Amino acid sequence: MSAFAIETHGLTRRFGEFVAVRDLTFHVAQGEVFGFLGANGAGKTTAMRMLIGLLEPSDGSAQVAGYDIATDSEAVRRNIGYMSQKFSLYDDLTVQENITLYGGIYGLSNAQIAERTHALLGRIGLEHARKELVRRIPLGWKQQLALSVALLHEPKIVFLDEPTGGVDPITRRRFWELIYETAAAGTTVLVTTHYLDEAEYCDRLSIMVEGAIAAMGTPGEVKREFGVTSLDELFLQLTRPGAA
Amino acid sequence: MNAFAGFVRKEAFHILRDRQTFWILLLMPLVQVLIFGYAVRTDVRDVRIAIVDPTPSTATRALVQRFASSTRFQLMGVYPTMQSLDDGFRSGVLRQAVVLPRDADRLLRGQATLPIQLITDGADPNTGSVMQSYATAIIQRWHAESVVRAGSLRIDLATRMRYNPTLESVNLFVPGLIALVLTIVSAMMTAISITREKETGTMEMLLVSPLHPWAIVAGKVAPYVAMGFANVLLVLGAAWGVFGMPLRGSLVLLLAECLLYILNALALGIVISTSAQTQRTAMIAALAGLLLPTLMLSGFIFPLESLPTPLRLFTNIVPARWFLLIVRGIMVKGAGLATLWQETLILVGMTLALLVLGARRLAIRLD
Repeated sequence: MSAFAIETHGLTRRFGEFVAVRDLTFHVAQGEVFGFLGANGAGKTTAMRMLIGLLEPSDGSAQVAGYDIATDSEAVRRNIGYMSQKFSLYDDLTVQENITLYGGIYGLSNAQIAERTHALLGRIGLEHARKELVRRIPLGWKQQLALSVALLHEPKIVFLDEPTGGVDPITRRRFWELIYETAAAGTTVLVTTHYLDEAEYCDRLSIMVEGAIAAMGTPGEVKREFGVTSLDELFLQLTRPGAA
Repeated sequence: MNAFAGFVRKEAFHILRDRQTFWILLLMPLVQVLIFGYAVRTDVRDVRIAIVDPTPSTATRALVQRFASSTRFQLMGVYPTMQSLDDGFRSGVLRQAVVLPRDADRLLRGQATLPIQLITDGADPNTGSVMQSYATAIIQRWHAESVVRAGSLRIDLATRMRYNPTLESVNLFVPGLIALVLTIVSAMMTAISITREKETGTMEMLLVSPLHPWAIVAGKVAPYVAMGFANVLLVLGAAWGVFGMPLRGSLVLLLAECLLYILNALALGIVISTSAQTQRTAMIAALAGLLLPTLMLSGFIFPLESLPTPLRLFTNIVPARWFLLIVRGIMVKGAGLATLWQETLILVGMTLALLVLGARRLAIRLD
């Protein structure tokens, strides 16, 4: 069993002639908050989709939570949580019904569901809205709820694909507090984003350019390596080499 | 809670909370039965007919009398010449005309043949041919009796429509209507409900979960099986209660075959949803790809025999075609599984193939 939460070797995905992800080799330690940065279309989402089993790799291998994604995808799925770019709860179900549904899908008992519903709604301050249709609650809360639901079955790793798109700064901050709490409890977090201030919150990060990793390390390390003072500067330098 | 049961419950919530769609789906079939039953009757009555008789006699008056007393016909007049017929047909006052030869009486008494012209408005070929056969029947019966009186031997050709002797259209449209309704409710609604999850992103969450693709598919279609079955019962109930449609075969077999067809339509819906990325595409694909063949190429509206050969061969892969044979067989002819096993087997085969195809593509096609 791998010591790392995520470990990939030469992971590659081609769509016809186009190489979306090229020779991706990296690892993420357990309990780490790992950021996947890159411009739109750099391959972040494609890489994540391979790791969670929504896309088959064209080449290379990866282990997630100690299981091979190609041969043991069922075990992988039981051990991960996922929150997609799109808001992914059911609008026409109530908060409680959404939670019950996902709890059931991940095999939780009714007692477990009741107990965790109470805990997670308390944490994000949404207990009063338990019987509201999800459609009626504000976006910021929906995002926090979606994250909570992704964590409901206490996965070893949670994958967040641009989780803070379209929410206000205060809610983003609150969201990152949730991410930290999650990591502190031992859950590994892999998050894609294109907000560079968020990247500073990550334990380690990688910047993807045209499907390959251009820089990787702690925020401090990558800044030193490229001789820049901010991630903003580095990002521009990497994604638009002529501009810097 | 059991994962699958929870999933089915959630799908039922989707259906029940969208009140408008729910009632439309439930009541639309009922309304269709009533519309088809009352308005779109293809069985023929009160055909406006004229008779041209240049030389009236006792024998020809007997023929006129037969037409006048039939409920199928409404006698518009007896004319000495054909002059007014053209205008009558063009303006729609006349749908049919019988033209007797000069000296019909003398011809009947002799051994010569009696040439009678039967003119029918063929603008609507289906009712046209029905009108033609009614008129022919009356003429033949009249001829036979006149000839017997003349004392010579003639062949007495008695034609009779089996199973549906009065050509009631309710027997014809109800099986087709069931196929149509199930295509809408089962195929189209499944396709839409699956693509909706793709659009909103919830399908990703399901595919990332430990739920097996089969379980996702089964969970999504289960409520629509119930919905489709309720529709079948409503349509059959209305056809029987309001229009007195007969059921000569086994009700259990009929319902079982309907269930089979529901599964078939659901499988088609799943296959469509794996290719379509949006609800709009799914809906258009279901309408053009399923609804039209179900209407046109199943024998529901156009008889299969009247189709050109390439199209007729194509109907073999239209599930509704086989379903119609089965339902008509059971309801109108009282056939059992012993006669219908081939058609049933074809439907079972199609359904299994589609289900396997659908589940496979659902698992991989998510980009």
